Order: sequence, then structure tokens, then C-alpha cells
Amino acid sequence: MIKALRSRLHQGYKTNAFPAENPRLPERYPGAPRLETERCTVCGACKAICPTSAISVQSGEPAGAEPRLALDLGRCIFCRKCETACPEGAIAFTGSFRMGARAKAGLVLGSVPHVSSTRTSRLDVSNDAHKAVSTGAGNQALNSEETRLIEALDRKMLKIFGRAMKIRQVSAGGCNACEADVNVLETIGFDLSRFGISITASPRHADAIIVTGPVSKNMELALRKTYEAMPSPKLVIAVGACAISGGIYRGLPDVCGGADAVIPIDLYIPGCPPHPMTILNALLELLDRVPRKN
Amino acid sequence: MKLFTNGSAMSVEDIPVVDFEFFARSIAEAVKSGASIVALFAVPDYGKGAARTAAELTALPTNAATEKRARLFAFLGLPTKGMIGGIAADIGSAFPSLTPKIPQAHMFEREIFENTGIVPVGHPWLKPVRKIFDYDFYSLEGGQTHEVAVGPVHAGVIEPGHFRFQCYGEEVEHLEIALGYQHRGIEKALAGGPDIRTIHFMETSAGDTTIGHATAYAMLIEALTSTQPDARAEAVRGIALELERMANHIGDLGALAGDVGYLPTKSFCGRLRGEVLNLTAEICGNRFGRGIVQPGGVGFDIDEKMATSIAARLQKIVKDTDEAVGLLWDSPSVLARFERTGMLKKETALELGLVGPAARACGIERDVRSDYPSGIYKYAAIPVATYPSGDVYARAMVRMLEYQRSASAILDVLAALPAGNTGKPASRALPARSVALSLVEGWRGKICHCAITDNRGAFLYYKIVDPSFHNWPGLAYALRGQQISDFPLCNKSFNLSYCGFDL
Repeated sequence: MIKALRSRLHQGYKTNAFPAENPRLPERYPGAPRLETERCTVCGACKAICPTSAISVQSGEPAGAEPRLALDLGRCIFCRKCETACPEGAIAFTGSFRMGARAKAGLVLGSVPHVSSTRTSRLDVSNDAHKAVSTGAGNQALNSEETRLIEALDRKMLKIFGRAMKIRQVSAGGCNACEADVNVLETIGFDLSRFGISITASPRHADAIIVTGPVSKNMELALRKTYEAMPSPKLVIAVGACAISGGIYRGLPDVCGGADAVIPIDLYIPGCPPHPMTILNALLELLDRVPRKN
Repeated sequence: MKLFTNGSAMSVEDIPVVDFEFFARSIAEAVKSGASIVALFAVPDYGKGAARTAAELTALPTNAATEKRARLFAFLGLPTKGMIGGIAADIGSAFPSLTPKIPQAHMFEREIFENTGIVPVGHPWLKPVRKIFDYDFYSLEGGQTHEVAVGPVHAGVIEPGHFRFQCYGEEVEHLEIALGYQHRGIEKALAGGPDIRTIHFMETSAGDTTIGHATAYAMLIEALTSTQPDARAEAVRGIALELERMANHIGDLGALAGDVGYLPTKSFCGRLRGEVLNLTAEICGNRFGRGIVQPGGVGFDIDEKMATSIAARLQKIVKDTDEAVGLLWDSPSVLARFERTGMLKKETALELGLVGPAARACGIERDVRSDYPSGIYKYAAIPVATYPSGDVYARAMVRMLEYQRSASAILDVLAALPAGNTGKPASRALPARSVALSLVEGWRGKICHCAITDNRGAFLYYKIVDPSFHNWPGLAYALRGQQISDFPLCNKSFNLSYCGFDL
């Protein structure tokens, strides 16, 4: 007992100071990419080398405008091959861990996304809350070269989830890297529960699900059943390139190619896997718990 | 039997094709004298016609019952010789099962049946491997017997799988583990490669073993293209592999403490595991080592400044971890739960062909790093950690010894990083009709990759054998006669991969 107490003193206080202070991440951590569109000659070198086809060349709007590059963070696995391949230095990884979006289009850098601006304020707590919470963020991404802050939940939803949120995690073909970096949020280093957020064992007790993996065909039913077992209103969070778009597994016959093929998604957190700080930050931005300086 | 060293390539014609009876006898004799099966698989319609590619193979009809329609390849690890032996036989739509005489062949034969429809006649337990439907569970009937079904979605943040317990009161008489929920079709996707996605499939086949699987793949490509990575690249790979082992062992020791309700060690180790992952991230920017291992070398160098800082941080981590883990052995309540829980006999472990810490905790001296050394392990011998008792305590003890020995190996390598390049990707085309095999001691045990190329040098068949493929049945056996409430503890002491098994 004395020994345990002594080691408790010796091990010290290790919880990071986020969001008051940003933690120091390794120098080689890539972080969010930024497009320098004025440097880009649309030579296609990056597109050819991208293993997940995250880079595309889009014809802008109106039709006939100059073609320009688009980088989909929902597919990106942050291998940095595009950065190396680009002769003009038009793609740079910034080291920023703040990434994520409420709508899939918000993950596309440099594009002119075709999103309908059907912003709805309806909140049907008793039934299908998804329509109310999952729209609205697309406009943020218009002509954006870098990532933006994640739109917080609306006031009614914040009143329900803002101070306490229970999360059920479902791995559906995940490789155990995303799972591990979700799990680590519960350790003393990040201490998720200081924000009122915790992982729960049963979908019946859950306010949100975190889905990881490309959703293997063999997990499709289990994922849907887990979702259906949760009481409304409920949120779904896709963590990692696989859950957002299928990632490296996109197009394989044994996977669904992302969680939104099965259930509606409210928050997308990109990465392969996302750094735990990216996940923590995205959860807190969603719950409006991070100071919004920009 | 064709003998070769770990990480060798040869023409596919070099693997002797023998009649089945001789094939079966050779394997049985080798296994009797201490060999273990590292891979056993059937390549359908092999040898028919010349221009075989993976795409053509899948398009072929598979109803020719009488003709020889597949070639069965067996690769055996012969630890006394430090060599791998390869042998093959052509088979029709059925073959006499090896399992009754060689139990460790059972999962391989089930996999062959599921993938090709070729029947191992006389297999005692011919159940699905990765198919989740139509699984026929063994069941127990009688007074006070009951069945407990768990999964695929589990209570914690872990991967999906289904466990079916047959209990008599609180005691588990039989546990059946049905997997396949994580199946993504990696092996199928690899056929026709390598291409720009290949290395990423390897890195995510089991994401917590990124370095292990990527190293096995890189060794295989290097063997096929006769590329020799520089000593410096080998050193960086070795450091990354041992960091991976440390991170997982430390995390699991913490989780074991959590499973018996001993929170100090759980909290400390949860944080310390992260510190080790952060060291990997210092090297490559990613906590799981993505991008470090590339065929031909490594993607990132460790300069002198980084080597010094990693060494200093590592020493601090080891000191803190030794203290945290040391608390376990001083707590009677922990020992009472660890000792004689989830016992596995050495004979059972040998028969099932267990690998890695699970085997070493049954007193079996089996470690790829010393049995079939490659890379830095040719020069830096890491003593094999074993413990005889086969229970949770033994598996915890082996994990502790291993993270300590990994740490001192890393410090040794960091102190004397060899000069040289970190290497350029091996871009040369692969030779046609060749076979290559590599073994790596991942943190869960022996990882085996084996590739056969077609007439154009593309992958005709790529086989990945994750250590979990050998070890899941070990967990099922360890549960026999245990309290069902001890399942989480036993499970964590093995901590096997679902996606590595399901692929």
C-alpha cells in the first residue's frame, strides 16, 4: 500500500492542459494539409501517386472555369506522398491537429462543393433527430484551402449533450489503430471524463456512437442494430478515413465503403488513424467546449 | 523438402511437388521432430496452362471434380536448423485431412475449404473461419447447463467477434470463438499487385502490428528483387518493431491490472503505453509507425539528436513502467487472480501450434528473432523470455520480461546506429513464377507472409498468417474449466487480433 502511494506521487500529474493549452506534438506529425492553389499548375503528379484517390481535379464553377485541385480529407491517410511528389510545393502539411467537419463536403479542401443549403432548425427529439443535426455545415467549405472549425451542435442539442455525453464505440472492419486512439482518450493523459464524456458499454445507454473501420459486410447488420438500439436523439461520429470513405479499402467487394452507407453521420473526424488530440478536439468543438478563436 | 532461410525467394519450380502420401508423411515427421507449420494453403488451378494471372484464376470454373485442380503448399519452420522447409502436392477436389495426426493444421485446412471448396476429408471440426452465417455451434445439454453468447459488438473499445460459452453453472466447459466480422478481403485485394495501395494494406492488416506486417512484406519484396537494405535502415526497422512490442506489452499489462480491478497500474500503464507510441511518432509522425518500413529500406531516418532524445525518454519510460508493473507482483489480490487462471498445458500449446508470448508463457522456447534471425537480430541477440506455468501470471510475466529486453535492445542499437542510407524503394519489377517467404516476430508472435508471382511477375497469391491465426484456439482451451467471469482477464492476457485473423 505504501509502495502504491509512493509510486502515485512519483508518477505525478500527467493530464494534458487542453483546451487551455495545446499539447506539443512530434515535429514530424503531419497534421492538416493546406493547399496553395496559386502555386498549383494542376500537373497531376500528386493525383497519380495518391493511394486512396483523395486528390481530384475539379472543374470550377461556373462551367469552363480553370480546373483546380481538390483534396478530400475524408479519404486522405496522411502518407504525405503528394507533398513529396508536388514540384511546386502546393500541398503542405501544417502540423495542426484540428480537423473535422459536420458534413462530408466540409472535408474537401480547395473544391467548390455542390451542397444544398437546406439548413433546417427542426428538432424532433422524440423521433428522428438526425435530419436536424446533420445538415448545415457544408457552406463552410466553400473555396476553402485549409480546414475550418467544426460547427457546434445547435442550442437544443447542446442542452441535451453539452455537459454529459455517453459514447458507444463500434469497430466495423477497423484495424485497431483508430480503436486504440479512441481508447487512449480514457487514460489519464487525456482524461475524457473531465469533459463529461465517457465510453459506455451498452447502446441503450449511449448518446452517440463512434464508428471505426470501412464497415465490413459482415458487420453491417451489427452496426445497424447497434444504431437502432440507441434512444433518440442520437449522434453518429465517423472516426478515421475508413469509416468516412472506406479509406484504403474503398471499392473492395467485402466492405461497405464507409459508415454513411449504413447509418447517417453527424461528425467526420479524418486521419489514419486520427491523432487522439484530433478526436478530442473534434468532440469538444462539436459540444462547443473549445474557445473559438480563428 | 526444399530448405531455405527466412526472407528468401526462389523459383516456384524449386519447391518439390510430391504425391500426397509423401507430402503428408514429410510434414508429420517434421512436426514430430519439433517443426511447426508456418503456412499451408492451396492455390487453385495451379499449373494449368502458362499465362496464369490472379484475374484469370478467379474467372475459372471450379467444378472439375476429378482433375488436379489445386496445388497445396506447405511451409514448415525447422527451428533446430534455423531454416524453413517448403513442399507441395497437387490435389483434386478433396484430400485426406492432415489434422487428425497434426492438430496444428486444423485452422489452415478449414481456411482452404472455405476459400476453395476443396474438402479435407476426415477433418474433425470443419467449421467456418471467416464466414459469419451458418455457423453450427457445439452445444451442451442437461441440467444446470446454459449457453452464453457474447458479441460481435463488445462492451469495451475493441474489435468485434463472437464468443459462445457452454457453461455448467459458473464454469465454462467449452468456448467456441466465431470470427470473420472484420473481414475486409485483403488477400484477394493483394492479388495482381504490388501497386500503390499494397504497403497500406500491409500496414493496416492489423493496425497495432503495423511495423511487424510491413517488415514481413518489405523482406519479401527485397528477397524477390535481391535488394539488400542498408544496415542503418535495418536498425531503424528493428527499433520500430521493438517499440511496437513495448507499447503493446505495456498497454496490456495495464489492461490486465484493470481487469482485476487494480487501478494504479492500470492508470500508469495506460499513460506509459502512449509515451512509447509517441516515440514512434517522433520517428515518423504517426503513433503506429505508418510509413516507416518501405521495401528497400525505411521512409524516415533517426538522426543523432533524435537518437539521444529517444534514448533519454525511453529510459525514463522504462523506469516508470518497472515501478508501475512492479506493484502487481506486490499485491496479493492481483496475484490471487493471475495465478492458475487460464492455464494452458505445454503439450496443448505445442499441439495447437501456439506462437509468441502465449507459447513462451507455456515454457516453449519459440521466437523468430532467435530461431530464424533477420535484420538486426542477426547481430543483436535478444534473450528469449519464457515462463513455465502457462497461466495469466506467466503471460503477464513474459510480457514484462519482453518489454524490458526490447528496451535494452533499442538502447543498444540507438547507441551505435550504423552509417549508411535509409534506402530507396525497391522499384525493380518482381521476377515471374517465383515464391518468397518471410517471418517476423511481431509482438503477438510469428508473422508469416508468403507470395507467389505469376508469369508477369505480379502477385498470383499472397498469404498472410497473423500470429492470432495460430493462437485463438489457445484462448478457447485456456477457458476450459474456468469461471466465466475470468474470461475478460484470460482474453486480455492473450490480446489477439480480430482483423489480423479476419484479414
